[in-house]
Amino acid sequence: MNIDSITLLNWARGSGFEWALAIFIFGTLYRVLTLLMLGRKRNLAPAKSAETSAGVRTVFRRFAPAKGLFSKAPLLHIAGITFHLGFFLILFFYTPHIEALKTVLGFSWPALPNSVITATTVVTMIAMITLLIYRITDPVRRFISDGHDYFIWVISFLPLLTGYLAFNHALLPYTLMLALHILSVELLMVLLPFTRLGHFIAIFFARFYSGSDIGRKGVSS
Amino acid sequence: MSTNTIALNAFVEQMDSSMSAYFQSCTHCGLCAEACLFQTETQDPKYTPIHKIELMKRAWQQEMTLTGKLLKSIGLAKPITDDDLSEWEKVVYDGCTLCGRCSMVCPAGIDISGIIRKAREAFVASKHTPEGLRHGTKRAMELGSPMGVQLPALLAQLKHVEKDTGLSIPVDVEGADYLALLSSMEIMYYPEYIGALAKIFDHANVSWTLCSEAFEATNAGIQIGSSDLAAELVERIVSGAEKLKVKHVISPECGHAYTAIRWEGPNLIGRPFSFHVIHILELLDQLRAEGRLKTTGSWDESFTFHDPCQLVRKGGVVQEPRHLMGMFTTGLKEMPDAGVMNWCCGGGGGVSANPRAEDLKHIVFNKKKNQIEHTGVNTLVTACANCRMTIEEGAEHYNMDLNIIGLTEKLAEYLEPNQ
Repeated sequence: MNIDSITLLNWARGSGFEWALAIFIFGTLYRVLTLLMLGRKRNLAPAKSAETSAGVRTVFRRFAPAKGLFSKAPLLHIAGITFHLGFFLILFFYTPHIEALKTVLGFSWPALPNSVITATTVVTMIAMITLLIYRITDPVRRFISDGHDYFIWVISFLPLLTGYLAFNHALLPYTLMLALHILSVELLMVLLPFTRLGHFIAIFFARFYSGSDIGRKGVSS
Repeated sequence: MSTNTIALNAFVEQMDSSMSAYFQSCTHCGLCAEACLFQTETQDPKYTPIHKIELMKRAWQQEMTLTGKLLKSIGLAKPITDDDLSEWEKVVYDGCTLCGRCSMVCPAGIDISGIIRKAREAFVASKHTPEGLRHGTKRAMELGSPMGVQLPALLAQLKHVEKDTGLSIPVDVEGADYLALLSSMEIMYYPEYIGALAKIFDHANVSWTLCSEAFEATNAGIQIGSSDLAAELVERIVSGAEKLKVKHVISPECGHAYTAIRWEGPNLIGRPFSFHVIHILELLDQLRAEGRLKTTGSWDESFTFHDPCQLVRKGGVVQEPRHLMGMFTTGLKEMPDAGVMNWCCGGGGGVSANPRAEDLKHIVFNKKKNQIEHTGVNTLVTACANCRMTIEEGAEHYNMDLNIIGLTEKLAEYLEPNQ
């Protein structure tokens, strides 16, 4: 069992990671290139105000809730923002993650204390569970959701759960849990470009395009 | 070709970089539901904006994505059936005014109402359109107006207007600076608008004309979602304007007419215009800024202003009406969300031309009713004949004591008489 776990962990850290990284990078490039290659027709209606700068503004502005919308769905906003922020903090500021990223990027940055990361992980998981409950119980969310939405919830939740369990040496032997954690991250990396999780990159294009289309009419969005 | 293939092809024809980015960006957060009056007033989740474009998204998935193509090749793709198209026709037409609020709030930046506009092309191609809109479009193509208003009717109305104002209305004046367009509703129900134009242009000494071959500003092709028909209607205006060699074309107090001629027009016909398109409120505000409009007296009544969606969200005409009202009144009581995020009257985007949608239109009017009641006034000014008609009908339906006025004609009342 132990030897198997170690083999698994080594594979996950070695070729598993390399494969996942390659699929993630090429998959994302494929999505972006196919998107750009479709092109857009030149707009022949004279613009009222600059469209490019309006597009760029919208890219940033939409990180914040639309005016008046927060109070309509406070839970969704708080849980959604918490989950995204938490995920990024954990991914980029936990010591072992920084070390792993250093092997790819060649440089590193200061980490957050483990206690902060642990607390963030708990909060992030609570936020995700809240979003799941909201999706299941709210009539609008339930109506528009499909299997894909629940599937990407699971594959996004697994790295948090396995990471938390591995850190606390819970449920399974540490080596095995750590291997499972890394494998769950690799699964996420592989699926990111090919599922709705691809929004991580597509929203920048979407915001830019709609922001410039609305902006050229003299409206900031 | 089966309906499925026709619709699928028509959806795919609309795809470009932005569509692809939009479809890849949605995570079904459902926040757009909070921005849509059809959803908030009915509480029916099927009116969630992003759900309205589900069929187009399905087409994108099957035809434009790697996973979708793979699934389709092994027969696992969900087809777009006739039943699907009939079902969605009711949300895409009856349950959407293309008001654009959803596009303003989407955290992912998806221009949902823009997609719905494009999705309608596939409903037209596969013959899934509401009867009322179909008939209106047919009248527009054959008679020149969705309401069947033809030149003799216009000339008869002009005669009345000339008699009322004592001013002559220029028709087919070559070389005039401005060509004014009208909506059929203005000709038939609100000819005061034409009288107001005559008074204001006489006052400000603007060289203008109507065109006997191109007076209809509305575009049924845009509403039903047929770019081919829309382009033909735009061409009529372009040829009229070019024939009279005008420098500017004035879009009337009608929201979608402005969208049609100002923003979609050149793209529909595939070439830039030789003239400049301006909305009547933009022109009036320009005249005001140039000191060419002088008003006298003031209107003491308290009132509210309804921002037409196509003017604020889709046209950036937000401050102009407020500047103009400021010339003769201080009685404006703004509605909550006034301006760019104003709520739709419920009759735009072809809904008011679709009798099947009438009950739903009355239900969603409740939003406007609440907004108006919040201001505590019983006079409303607006700048769109279609909004005006919808609000009049809504007020009647709910027994509201509401007096509705067009902005241009109100302004004309307070002009200083020429020396």
